[in-house]
Amino acid sequence: MADDTSIIGKARPRIDGPAKVTGAARYPSDEPAPGAVWAFLVTSAIARGKVKSFDLDEAKAVPGVLDILTHWNVGGDAKPPAPTSKGKPTTTLESDRIWHDGQIIAVVVAETYEAAREAANRVHVDYDEEKPSATFGSPGAQEEKREPGDHEDPKIGDPEKAFGAAPVKIDQRYETPTQHHNPMELFTTTCFWQGDKLTIYEPSQFVYGLKNNVAKQLGIDPAKVTVVSRFTGGAFGSKGGTTARTAWIAVAARRLKRPVKLVATRDQGFTIATYRAETRHRLRLGADANGRLTALIHEGWELTSRPSQYNVSGTESTARIYACPNVETAVNLVHADRNTPGFMRAPPDTPYMFPLESAMDELAYALKMDPVELRRLNDAPKDPINGLPWSSRSLMKCYDAAAERFGWKQRNPVPGAMRDGDWKIGWGCATAAYPSNIAPCGATVRLDGDKASIGLAGQDLGTGAYTVIAMTAAQALKLPVENVSVELGHTDLPAASLAAGSSHTASICHAVAAACDKVNAKRAQGETGVIEETAANVPNGLPDSAMDKINHGQMAISRGFGRKDCTAYAFGAHFIEVRVHGRTGEIRTPRMVSAFASGTIINPLTAYSQYMGGMIWGISAALFEKTEIDLRAARYTNDNLADYLIPVNADAPEIDVLLVPEEDNAVNPMGIKGIGEIGIVGVNAAVANAVFHATGRRIRRLPIRIEDMV
Amino acid sequence: MRSFAYDKAGDAPSAVAAGGQYLAGGTTLVDLMKLDVMQPAHVVDINGLDKQYGEIEAGKDALRLGALVRMAEAAEHPAILRDYPVIAQSLRQAASPQIRNMASLGGNVLQRTRCTYFRDPSWKACNKRAPGSGCAAMDGVNRRHAVLGVSDQCIATYPGDFAVALAALDAQVEILGTSGKHRLPFGELHRLPGTTPHIETSLSAGDLITGFTVPAAPWLRRSLYLKIRDREAYDFALASAAVALDLDKDRRVRAARIGLGGVATVPWRAQEAEKALTGKIIDETAAQSAADAAFADATTREGNGFKTELGKRTLVRALLQAAAMEV
Repeated sequence: MADDTSIIGKARPRIDGPAKVTGAARYPSDEPAPGAVWAFLVTSAIARGKVKSFDLDEAKAVPGVLDILTHWNVGGDAKPPAPTSKGKPTTTLESDRIWHDGQIIAVVVAETYEAAREAANRVHVDYDEEKPSATFGSPGAQEEKREPGDHEDPKIGDPEKAFGAAPVKIDQRYETPTQHHNPMELFTTTCFWQGDKLTIYEPSQFVYGLKNNVAKQLGIDPAKVTVVSRFTGGAFGSKGGTTARTAWIAVAARRLKRPVKLVATRDQGFTIATYRAETRHRLRLGADANGRLTALIHEGWELTSRPSQYNVSGTESTARIYACPNVETAVNLVHADRNTPGFMRAPPDTPYMFPLESAMDELAYALKMDPVELRRLNDAPKDPINGLPWSSRSLMKCYDAAAERFGWKQRNPVPGAMRDGDWKIGWGCATAAYPSNIAPCGATVRLDGDKASIGLAGQDLGTGAYTVIAMTAAQALKLPVENVSVELGHTDLPAASLAAGSSHTASICHAVAAACDKVNAKRAQGETGVIEETAANVPNGLPDSAMDKINHGQMAISRGFGRKDCTAYAFGAHFIEVRVHGRTGEIRTPRMVSAFASGTIINPLTAYSQYMGGMIWGISAALFEKTEIDLRAARYTNDNLADYLIPVNADAPEIDVLLVPEEDNAVNPMGIKGIGEIGIVGVNAAVANAVFHATGRRIRRLPIRIEDMV
Repeated sequence: MRSFAYDKAGDAPSAVAAGGQYLAGGTTLVDLMKLDVMQPAHVVDINGLDKQYGEIEAGKDALRLGALVRMAEAAEHPAILRDYPVIAQSLRQAASPQIRNMASLGGNVLQRTRCTYFRDPSWKACNKRAPGSGCAAMDGVNRRHAVLGVSDQCIATYPGDFAVALAALDAQVEILGTSGKHRLPFGELHRLPGTTPHIETSLSAGDLITGFTVPAAPWLRRSLYLKIRDREAYDFALASAAVALDLDKDRRVRAARIGLGGVATVPWRAQEAEKALTGKIIDETAAQSAADAAFADATTREGNGFKTELGKRTLVRALLQAAAMEV
């Protein structure tokens, strides 16, 4: 914890801030690539079928066009990227098969971006169309049970019996929509070859993953591939896995013997990368007359592509948030003609906590209890599934701190009882939780007099990673932060794992601390001059070989709910006010207060921003964001930022973030739980609960829109 | 975007003679060219004509707005703010500050629909973009589509706000064409889709909108623009109402002017509603009758069924609010 001499725990502006605001920071598409030519993607206008033929004459006639890649001429030059889950990936130029709307089917390369784009518009495609399935309930969509393996299905006690016998029951169905990350920075790739060596500039959450995957796709030695992503302009999961475009840009660069640069358009980003799949849920809660939970049964359905079994299975969290002796969960997959989904901020918990936290509010009303007190009554003293202690759990401290700041005491619980003129006022709350994960990581520290430089292949996605690394090193080496420089996002540096799942700060800071310890040991032995040490940190519970996996671009992670010694989660509580116009039904959110306890907070300033961003995104997920799907064509229609709505400043005027101090000596040596995901978790339910309080309408399908109110 | 010839117009007659696609703020045109929806061979930049068509004149008898006045200038003009609140509000609630700084008034009234099927040429069926090809929106994602003025060929919503105010206020459009100047009642500028949704206005080839005249009228001081949208700012209307009322000393309606946005294929004048209000004191019942009259012919599809009720409620709210204004 922070004391007077501590650097860790004291708010500090980003060390990379000046570079970012002056434009000096190089995002991957800013990296110089002399002589680069431009690629533009041609994507499918149907969701299922085959490319019968291309008519490329008109496109080739556009001045400046250099090459057009299709399955005809490059089909065998690359394999699809390895999937992040069981099942198979969809394909692109490997064959004539079309798996989903907006699939890459050709790449036009030209001397200028404009020529490439014009030529792409002049590519004529003849399709063999097949009738696609769009989503849940579409004819031809295939459902299967998700078997345990990558995810478990927690079960304790006799839930069906307990639910049957419960005097108070909630049994409801809930829906969350398709959503897309839309990071500000588009999906870009620049590739060039020097002899048999390939360099890739591409925004990434995992440069070692990209390096190894692309090498495998192209059938080359990973040692010959360099990936650079010094800054990433937002990712939120969308830049975590390797997607199809990269290898084709590498192939294009090899064919032309020139650097090739791609900046995919905003609408292409909806189909060439991943997304948050729509989910459905049935959630049953049983309670005794006093409100103590006796049964929790959560079954989820998730959409995925035809060949992939990608799923997020948030039941691993919802099963263990509250004390309940009888729990059962199940997850099902529904395959349709869609692109394969992927991680998106708090991948499992954002969609799965919506039903749980909505149902808890419904239960509170059924019991005539305050929803905060219902959570207090069912606060779990230990992990209810495996009986392990929590590494630390400050859920009710968060509730109490946020409730006080919010003024929850003034709430009249009767729906529709609070008004301000024409506006109905509703106050709602919900629990936030996210497992505390940590991955193996390496780091190099070079000390030269009173200056230190740190290098590791981690990523700053806009989160503040550069700064927390500098702070960690400065504290360990007893240097001013200003004397520490940090290099990230380059595969010449020691490997770091995927920057995702709220694991990155814990992973990278422990590695940096380990390397600093080695430097300090050398100093203690009297060594002077330049000292350079590299160290790796492998978290407790993982084998030493886990670091090799990271070096080879694979995943290895210690999850908060999969440990032998304890269960580790960060917790938080959200309180939100909604106003619904009594006549025209607009839903507005004038203020929100959330409190979080996530162990050691390295930099409260960037932590505050992270939490705030998550909270606003939660409002967005509750009220605005939905990727619309044309059910006949299985195609997205609102694939732009004018029609895919996200909040503007006026939609989030007052966002209050409380950082509840928490010391956790069990989660990991530095007590870091991670904060990237938790801010968004449960906000959707808090909004829905507030809407119910304002209007008496319980909306169980997101987003909640004006048509639900009029 | 496809290659095109670009000229800067030196004067208005030569711009008109050039017969190209006019470029002013570019906030619609450039967008649609990038999306390959519009493929003009010849673009004529008229921004250089702003000395001639960039003035706001707030006279005793009328407000005259040059077509090259930027939305932001008109929205912040003191006389418009004071005497034509419905116009100022319709502009202020449109788009974002950046877009309002660029977009011209002439271009703004010609803003094209946001129908996602129209804006993406990979959808084959769009009668507006490719006459006779069908309408993908009819049975597709049509939450934001129109319920008034629709045809079985097109349900695309006219997306703008300012034009809704002009439609309500008996404005005139000034046009310079190959055969000289003429004026058109604003209500005759836009055409209903009917069987020719690709023909959106009554402008002839070469016609250049040079300005708008809004006659001074007793209902202008008691006027407002109410815009209902999913988010608080920078969003198109789900439903909007431009309302101007002239009340006598007993607060009875001498004259009402009503425009509706977000719900119709063109900037919509609700004359049935205006008639229904004449001689009435505006209360809940009178406002509701007017709203019912305005939407009597509403035709909905699967996704936009809520718009009839929302449109009525929007108009009721706007009328009650306007009637309560202190003027």
